[in-house]
Amino acid sequence: MSLNIIVLAKQVPDTRNVGKDAMKEDGTINRAALPAIFNPEDLNALEQALRLKEANPGSTVTLLTMGLPRAAEIVREAIYRGADGGIVLTDRPFGGADTLATSYSLAQAVKKFGNYDIILGGRQAIDGDTAQVGPQIAEKLGIPQVTYAEEILGLSDGKVTVKRRLEHGVETVVAPLPCVVTVNGSAAPCRPRNAKRLMKYKNAASPSEMSKLPQVVADLVAAHPELQIKEWGAAYVEADPEQIGLPGSPTKVKTVENVVFTAKESRRLDNDDAQIEELVKELIANHTIG
Amino acid sequence: MAEQNNLIVYCEYEDGRVADVSLELLTKGRVLADRLGVKLEALVIGDKLEGIEKQVFPYGVDTVYKVEDARLYPYTSNPHSAVLINLFRELKPQVCLMGATCIGRDLGPRVSSCLHSGLTADCTALEIGDHTDPKTGKEYHDLLYQIRPAFGGNIVATIVNPECRPQMATVREGVMKKEIRDENYNGTVVNLDPKKYVADTDFVVEIIDRHIEKSKVNIKNSPIIVAGGYGVGSKENFQLLFDLANTLGAEVGASRAAVDAGFIEHERQIGQTGVTVRPKLYIACGISGQIQHIAGMQESSIIISINNDPNAPINTIADYVITGDMEEVVPKLIKYYKKNSK
Repeated sequence: MSLNIIVLAKQVPDTRNVGKDAMKEDGTINRAALPAIFNPEDLNALEQALRLKEANPGSTVTLLTMGLPRAAEIVREAIYRGADGGIVLTDRPFGGADTLATSYSLAQAVKKFGNYDIILGGRQAIDGDTAQVGPQIAEKLGIPQVTYAEEILGLSDGKVTVKRRLEHGVETVVAPLPCVVTVNGSAAPCRPRNAKRLMKYKNAASPSEMSKLPQVVADLVAAHPELQIKEWGAAYVEADPEQIGLPGSPTKVKTVENVVFTAKESRRLDNDDAQIEELVKELIANHTIG
Repeated sequence: MAEQNNLIVYCEYEDGRVADVSLELLTKGRVLADRLGVKLEALVIGDKLEGIEKQVFPYGVDTVYKVEDARLYPYTSNPHSAVLINLFRELKPQVCLMGATCIGRDLGPRVSSCLHSGLTADCTALEIGDHTDPKTGKEYHDLLYQIRPAFGGNIVATIVNPECRPQMATVREGVMKKEIRDENYNGTVVNLDPKKYVADTDFVVEIIDRHIEKSKVNIKNSPIIVAGGYGVGSKENFQLLFDLANTLGAEVGASRAAVDAGFIEHERQIGQTGVTVRPKLYIACGISGQIQHIAGMQESSIIISINNDPNAPINTIADYVITGDMEEVVPKLIKYYKKNSK
């Protein structure tokens, strides 16, 4: 059975390198000021999708991402690793969305995409760590969800069998298609870029990017549909303006503060036997240990 | 049932015991409900729920809603979501709290999506306060402040849901403290008919195999924790920490970096994306002190930091800083403890 597989992915700021100018005054994130990476668990989801594609000849894997136009970078990355193509959902009115407005927007894009069998995505993105968008999309599409997936064990007769990794154990579930599966970081890592695909698709570009390319390259992309990364806006996916971006977000950021910890007066010791023994004696004397 | 406007906690349970995280949320929920002047309610969905109310009443629960059906245990997404969605449409609670567990983080978003109510994940503090919309100037009273770290813990954001109800939030285990309000507190039990809340068609996902083990690790309740970070360097070196922990009667914890590096299993992770701990002694070995880690252990009574780097950020919150190689310092701690303890 050939499958239409959608992989939801997000280009995220690398939260290990957050600078001072990362936040805007309204408390939302100034993504343009940060190094952007492929959200790690979305790569785990991509791997599961590529395995499904291999096991079911004739299947296609389409990456769907919402963000700034530059998110076309992760579509290209996915194509290098084996995806067939991708869509960047981008439009100014989508900005400032919370998880609910995001899931509505992505669900609209999935509806526009139409015929899909399974939607995979990472469990959560490292910028928000909420794990909400996957289940919310499932609800908006009226389909089941399987979260915390570690491995897709099989797919047959319109059903998918999934191993879930939970806090204190594992669970194997069978869900009917179509459904949303969100994948844990404990799942198999994503395969690297394929050198042949890298050569073949290095010029893949979205309309926003094409406008900045040299004419010869732009002409090449225009002549090859497989090099065209799609770019969809709010109107194209028939999104209700009241349900997207800031207006569509029930949660509002009231305040944002930098984290400051109260420093203590520390006692400094060296790696010295006498000093360490003194400390141990002190901790025993005041009943902290022993 | 009439509109109640109360505060409701979704309670998880396993093996007939209500989960600690749910009891912690009931404790916090009681305080918030008092502040709002409303009732504290608990919702338990599953099978064999007889007497489960006795476990929650002491936390100050005024009403327990029980929805009992053999098919509702173990948890699956759609049926439990259906109960919450249909029940909340009747009760119109103003606040709903649930654990930031595999269950709560699966259930919460589905319910919030259907009810179009805002949901904030992994809150580290919950408060009640007022809010003025910066654009419209409209004033809101007694909203739930949902306070959570964002951006890998580098900032803390306060989130509000001015218009939509219920205001939903998830909280990780160990973040709130569990405290009995009154052993003799008495509430009401309301048994709900599952057929009114769940349709047969909601049972779409089938669990064919399930292995849930009682966690062998109990970092949260350990009075002494020996924690290792990326600086420990290897899985083998973690054995030194286990040796120290065994000597002191402690548990071994780890930072996210050590877990990500594969030195140790995830269930020992301490920090915002792991467990929050408050031991009387915390020995941090080779932990630099990312904000997300410090947030999960800063309330420890005494903190010892062992680090090669005299300027490791964690040293600023430590009571004792031992500058040196953890591989040398840890054996010395073991040696001198054995020598001096009776």
